[in-house]
Amino acid sequence: MLGPNGAGKTTCISVLLGLRKPTAGQARLFGLEPTDRRARSRCGVMLQESGVPDTLTVRELVELFGSYYPHPMPPERAIGLAGLEPQSKQQAGKLSGGQRQRLYFALAVAGDPEVIFFDEPTVGMDVESRRLFLQSIRDFSKQGKTILLTTHYLEEADQLAERIIVIDRGVLVADASPQEIKSRVVAKQVSFVTPASLTEADFAGLPVSNLTIEDHRVRLFSNAPEALLRELFRRSMDISDLQVVGADLEEAFISLTHQAEKKMEP
Amino acid sequence: MTTQAMPVAPVGRMLWMETRAKFVARLRNPAFTVLSLGLPVMFFLLFNAIFGSLQAAPGVSTAKLILVSYATYGVGNVMVYNFGIGLANDRGRKLDLLQRATPLPPMVATLAYVIGALIFALLSLILLGVVATVIGGVRLDVGTWLDLTWRLMLGSFPMIGLGMAIGYGTSPNAAPALANMVYLPMLFLSGIFVPLKQLPSTIQHIGSVLPTYHYAQLAWKTIGLNDESTLVALAWLAVWSIVLFALTIRLYRLDQDKKFS
Repeated sequence: MLGPNGAGKTTCISVLLGLRKPTAGQARLFGLEPTDRRARSRCGVMLQESGVPDTLTVRELVELFGSYYPHPMPPERAIGLAGLEPQSKQQAGKLSGGQRQRLYFALAVAGDPEVIFFDEPTVGMDVESRRLFLQSIRDFSKQGKTILLTTHYLEEADQLAERIIVIDRGVLVADASPQEIKSRVVAKQVSFVTPASLTEADFAGLPVSNLTIEDHRVRLFSNAPEALLRELFRRSMDISDLQVVGADLEEAFISLTHQAEKKMEP
Repeated sequence: MTTQAMPVAPVGRMLWMETRAKFVARLRNPAFTVLSLGLPVMFFLLFNAIFGSLQAAPGVSTAKLILVSYATYGVGNVMVYNFGIGLANDRGRKLDLLQRATPLPPMVATLAYVIGALIFALLSLILLGVVATVIGGVRLDVGTWLDLTWRLMLGSFPMIGLGMAIGYGTSPNAAPALANMVYLPMLFLSGIFVPLKQLPSTIQHIGSVLPTYHYAQLAWKTIGLNDESTLVALAWLAVWSIVLFALTIRLYRLDQDKKFS
């Protein structure tokens, strides 16, 4: 679940987990109320803001959370999945920020659930912790588990997800595969100088958006810059000072949510 | 898969693991162990050294009165601080939120809290007993100890209610201060620190309605220094339990509404 800050990702997860009541509509987990213990026994959770007693060790906490579930995995395996073997006997209060996040991951998988909810799990992680963490998620999903993860990093969603749901201000904006989302979001910025006097009509039918032509400097966005340039070269267009750069993800993302806004307006 | 085939974890094991975790977490918290285990022992040794040789009543040494009083203080301490500061901290670090999203039933979590606190209270009593016997030279026979133990455990429920009300009603920063500001004056006004008869009569009147007063009466019966019968003391404590748990439930609902609505 991808969306900018304030999009409603945490609210959505809270409703799915029965931590908040929906103002309209209903949420169901395995066909049951989200608060039903039978449904919860099949879900693991990692919340954005949560804590555990500082004076319990990693292993004690993993065993404790495992005991809430009908078929927990051996604690060593949950600790191993989280990459916390060296810290197994350390108290939670003595862990670093990144290790703490991985502890919450271990607690989420301790009960060997079928579905796991992760709310912005990599926020505040250093590079190494983040790498280990994303690897843990991949390992866990290989066992045939479903993982629902919220993030505001498109890159993270792209690396991990089979399906991406984009929400903004509480509204569903897109629901598609990463490839499709990317093709809609990740445009490359192309700019070049040409002695010819071009007009917008010259680019008709080409994969181009946000075209600006100032004197002889052309700037545009394209989802298929290779095809575009191939076509321009085929026309023997004289091009100099060519630049192709990846558009800023944040900007590209905003453009996607804006597209959706335009669609909604009458 | 039908809903009938969806298994849940056995509640017994959950309760055992949760109780053990709560207990161990408290035991490793030095601030808590000092308040619950250290202070009663220290106060006992201090006041026993000063007043222990006096006679509290014909045939009863002040040492015994001091021992029973600080045993009462100690068990009450465990309850007020365990729930007051413990619950406020759990709420502050949002452990309650995380546990709410797991299959752990809230009732099991609460029950584990209570059992863990009772075990801790028993520990405080044993520690005080050993110190009193070995260092203080104050001896109560085994029957008196057992009598005192059930009275202090059963009578502690209003103190659990008070602690829970503080825990659900305040923030982690305010809880320790509020617990002390409420609980310590109650102990003074109930004759646990200073004999009530040495205080002005208006204060004696205020004191005699407090839960801590009746709690102390329940305990002093074991050495024959009570002013009211066990039944009357228990009735008062039952009423206080109802009042304080009603307040707790109200504060709990307010907190839940704030979080989960």
